[in-house]
Amino acid sequence: MPDRVGELAAGDGLALLRMMWQIRVFEERVGELTRADEVHGLVHLSIGQEAVAAGVCGLLLDDDVAYSGHRAHGHAIAKGAPPGRVMAELMGREDGLCRGLGGSMHLVDVAHGFYGATGVVGGNVPLALGSALAGRLRGGVQVAVVFFGDGAVQGGIFVESVNLAALWGVPLILVCENNGFAEFTPRSAHTNVERVSDVVAPYGVERDTVDGNDAAAVREAFAAFLAAARAGGGPMLLECLTHRLRGHYEGDPDHYRALVAADEWQELDPIRRLERRGGADGWLDDAARAEIEEDARTAIDEAVAFARASPFPPAALVTGLVYAA
Amino acid sequence: MTQTTYLGAITSTLAAAMRADERVLVLGEDVAEGGPWGATAGLVGEFGAGRVRNTPISEAAICGVAIGAAQSGLRPVVEIMFIDFLTLALDQLVNQAAKAHAMSGGQLTVPLVVRTQGGAGQRGGAQHSQSLEAWLVHVPGLKVVMPSTAADAGALLAASLADPGPVVYVENKSLYFRREDVDDAAPPVPLGRARTVRRGRDVTVVALSRLVEESLAAAEALAADGIDVEVIDPRTLVPLDLETIVESVRRTHRLVVAHEAVTQGGFGAEVAAQVQAAAFDELDAPVVRVGAPFAPVPFSPPLEDAYLPNRDDVAAAVRSLAGART
Repeated sequence: MPDRVGELAAGDGLALLRMMWQIRVFEERVGELTRADEVHGLVHLSIGQEAVAAGVCGLLLDDDVAYSGHRAHGHAIAKGAPPGRVMAELMGREDGLCRGLGGSMHLVDVAHGFYGATGVVGGNVPLALGSALAGRLRGGVQVAVVFFGDGAVQGGIFVESVNLAALWGVPLILVCENNGFAEFTPRSAHTNVERVSDVVAPYGVERDTVDGNDAAAVREAFAAFLAAARAGGGPMLLECLTHRLRGHYEGDPDHYRALVAADEWQELDPIRRLERRGGADGWLDDAARAEIEEDARTAIDEAVAFARASPFPPAALVTGLVYAA
Repeated sequence: MTQTTYLGAITSTLAAAMRADERVLVLGEDVAEGGPWGATAGLVGEFGAGRVRNTPISEAAICGVAIGAAQSGLRPVVEIMFIDFLTLALDQLVNQAAKAHAMSGGQLTVPLVVRTQGGAGQRGGAQHSQSLEAWLVHVPGLKVVMPSTAADAGALLAASLADPGPVVYVENKSLYFRREDVDDAAPPVPLGRARTVRRGRDVTVVALSRLVEESLAAAEALAADGIDVEVIDPRTLVPLDLETIVESVRRTHRLVVAHEAVTQGGFGAEVAAQVQAAAFDELDAPVVRVGAPFAPVPFSPPLEDAYLPNRDDVAAAVRSLAGART
């Protein structure tokens, strides 16, 4: 994949870097806290994929709706969810985004337009289509975005949704994080179609494939789609080629990925890459870089402290929210 | 009084809701053409193709789209042409719609109505004739409605449309074209209130959907033999008006539960369990269930006719209890 050397204003570069560091540190802490049994359940980290969350969500407004899959911490935080409330949710606490009823795979923050993660692979793709339809029928400029991995594309619901979205021309932007692995097996073991963008081609969905570890490239490609969607276009698919640096879930023995050259991917780490670019473009020096990392560590320390201070929810909550009042 | 059909009540209730609230829209296969029975006939002419949306044969996506639209402020009504095809949408209904409110800590609401229809008797074979409502009753977060008359079809659809959460509204195809007088001035019917269709002293029959009329016919026949049957139509399975049923059992001390679905794992088991838990000492005999045999619906007409629970099955169940004494 050739480098796209698009425009990247210093302010945008710094904002991307701050967000990526925040997600990175957050998820590193989640990994530690999972092993310490403070964070519970099935936890899927996106370390190495932060450029997609930051590049896309940095351009969205609160009114725009974003959905995600089971690997959603980064998307929720980038869409505006306070890290402390995300962490509290992962710890099952009352002050969690979902009052401890959701957990890692079911994060929702309606106030920031994050309509949610789902533990069912591909399950939220038609919901995003529905939110896009609602936006279009109401005549606003809201768009809906759904993040999913390449593993979702082989499911029937994906094709059903793409067909319907294209038929109706709704402002839906499908963002695929193609990390080359569907759970534990490489994409080549699941399908003969290498590029997800090729899957949607027959439906006439506008599409692009970018280096998903290049935050500036993600941002630039997404900005073009977003502008088109706001102007009445859609749907579109943005395929971001990326790589997760951790197993499918925390605790995954990860043997299957010995095939991948770890050194090479460390070199492609989206944070390191953006920092190199910032240095080359002159908007980032060592002091500023260190300050961004330190700020992220402080913010996540505060998030963990907030979550630890929050009580577990009362038992009555179990049956209290089954039906909306 | 206005004469209408069960189907006509559905159509007019949808139209009234769409007139009153522009957030209401209808989605489904062939809905702009009215659907196979005409439930949505004429709506596209009044409300346009934007609000009466034909969809491909993609039950999962249709449900998913409706859930997303509901979460984003619309009030979609999805038509799943046969309840047999709800299987294709169950992931969306069970994993997304039913849980969204609780799983989000109350942030998301899904004001969605899924209209579908079940029931046998039309030689549809095993994949177009099922009664699968018990599956839905098992899912926290869903409400389940089964009207048995035209009046209730309209009133319960209106209540479903007003509900803030997902409601599955299960019609029965054999009821669609019967004409009934409907009281235009009848008060609204809330979800969760049973209707005592016939008062009686000796045996309570709780019947669902098509079996309500069958149970009434059985009651008339049994009356000639001096057995006085009370017939209750719960109308909504979730929430269930257990109080009305238990109050009846306290007077009759005998209970039959009748539905068209297979008996095993059916809603009758739930009613029996709840009644015995609430009023075991009031029962003079075990609860008797009437339902279909544990087999797929057969195609061949005489086999299907024999398979379907009917008034004779209800009458036999009542007779088996009528003599029971403590």
